Amino acid sequence: MEIPKSFLGYKRENGRAGTRNHVIILPVDDISNACAEAVANNIKGTIALPHSYGRLQFGADLELHFRTMIGTGSNPNVAAVIVIGIEPKWTKRIVDGIAKTGKPVEGFHIERTGDIGTVMKASKKAQEFSQWASEIQREECPLSDLWISVKCGESDTTSGLASNPTVGNLMEKLEPYGVHLCFGETSELTGAEEVCATRGATQEASAKFMKTWNEYNDFILKEATDDLSESQPTAGNIAGGLTTIEEKAFGNFQKIGNLKFIDVLEPAEEPKKGPGLYFMDTSSAAAECITLQAAGGFNIHLFPTGQGNIVGNPIEPVVKLTANPLTAKSMSEHVDCDVSKLLSREMNMSEAGDELIKSTLRVANGRLTCAEALGHKEFVMTKLYRSA
Amino acid sequence: MTTDIIIHDKKDNVGVVVIEKITPKQDCACWIMEDDSSTSIQSVDEIPLGHKIAMVDLNEGDTILKYGHDIGKVVKSIKKGEHVHVHNVKTKKW
Repeated sequence: MEIPKSFLGYKRENGRAGTRNHVIILPVDDISNACAEAVANNIKGTIALPHSYGRLQFGADLELHFRTMIGTGSNPNVAAVIVIGIEPKWTKRIVDGIAKTGKPVEGFHIERTGDIGTVMKASKKAQEFSQWASEIQREECPLSDLWISVKCGESDTTSGLASNPTVGNLMEKLEPYGVHLCFGETSELTGAEEVCATRGATQEASAKFMKTWNEYNDFILKEATDDLSESQPTAGNIAGGLTTIEEKAFGNFQKIGNLKFIDVLEPAEEPKKGPGLYFMDTSSAAAECITLQAAGGFNIHLFPTGQGNIVGNPIEPVVKLTANPLTAKSMSEHVDCDVSKLLSREMNMSEAGDELIKSTLRVANGRLTCAEALGHKEFVMTKLYRSA
Repeated sequence: MTTDIIIHDKKDNVGVVVIEKITPKQDCACWIMEDDSSTSIQSVDEIPLGHKIAMVDLNEGDTILKYGHDIGKVVKSIKKGEHVHVHNVKTKKW
């Protein structure tokens, strides 16, 4: 198949391009959710991103909170942002961070005004942003404007056999076009960590990966009260035939094809070394991982599933594929790309990769994903430890 | 011809059922992805889609190889053609 050289995206002030054109109402903290949701309810064409954190965090955990908030607002799938926090200081820090992209952003704080006054003021600005954003047109953008993140979920053996290698095939085909790519799931590389480390493009990248994995593994060993036999693999994984974390990890690892990763990113960190594949240190829980990757600037997500994970994200469209024929049949409303013919060998890997490229570009051009059509907007912040 | 079982790597001692299920004493066609070769096996157990079958006899302490790599250890001996899963294989991690 000849790969199209462009897609239709929204060009942004900082030179990036979005596959979506959201105006988001971003609460700084848990207690500002009600206000943010009221604004999004008032003003059509906006979306609130409620979450559970943002108070009394400190150290690396607080830095991650800010990085996730600022990264989410800065994502090119977002046209404009209203930030609402309880107090002005942290609100301003997030506004200032997002403003570096050049996109419209305005902050509001609730103290000394109350919810009702804040909702009124923020709604007026949100209406202005929503109507402004509604006039932005899709334009032709080179493929290199695609920043593709990947993560698999409710995996089974069909993931490692077929749907994950399909993603790997897409990566191998799109990498030469200067696309940014990102995989994560630190804990779910356990058992394949040494093989994964050999895929570092440089010794530095390999060493950084091993350091990241070791830290995660030490943490898991410290906190584990049992053998993790029902968390990793999950009950769904086991039902699907996956027996051990090692088996899951080697299946997971198929998603990067034969590529090498050029750098290891902190959670929600934006890649800075140009096009190519990056590893991001993330949780293996689907919504947490995608939220972090979206905050890192990725604008379209590929999600292979075996047993049928149904996750979505409010700003980064999640394209789902499965090779499990039972899932493709019984949960068809969640499947954007059915590659189950790989198992019956009616389709080969290259054909499956081409199908996924087609599905990905249709979604990049504006087709709603299944998760979007079904209203999946899981926005889940990663919290590193207890608050002060 | 239909493929009942797919094996990732020639070194692997397990294969994955890729039809809805295989039944006991079924003669199964196996495809090895690595070198596009074929083999066959007779099943002992009923094994559902996505679950693994032992391609050889395995003893306690043996290593299960899939993708050509170590994915865990045998904790209860397994006969060729039997179902391989959490009841007879455990992780070497955690």
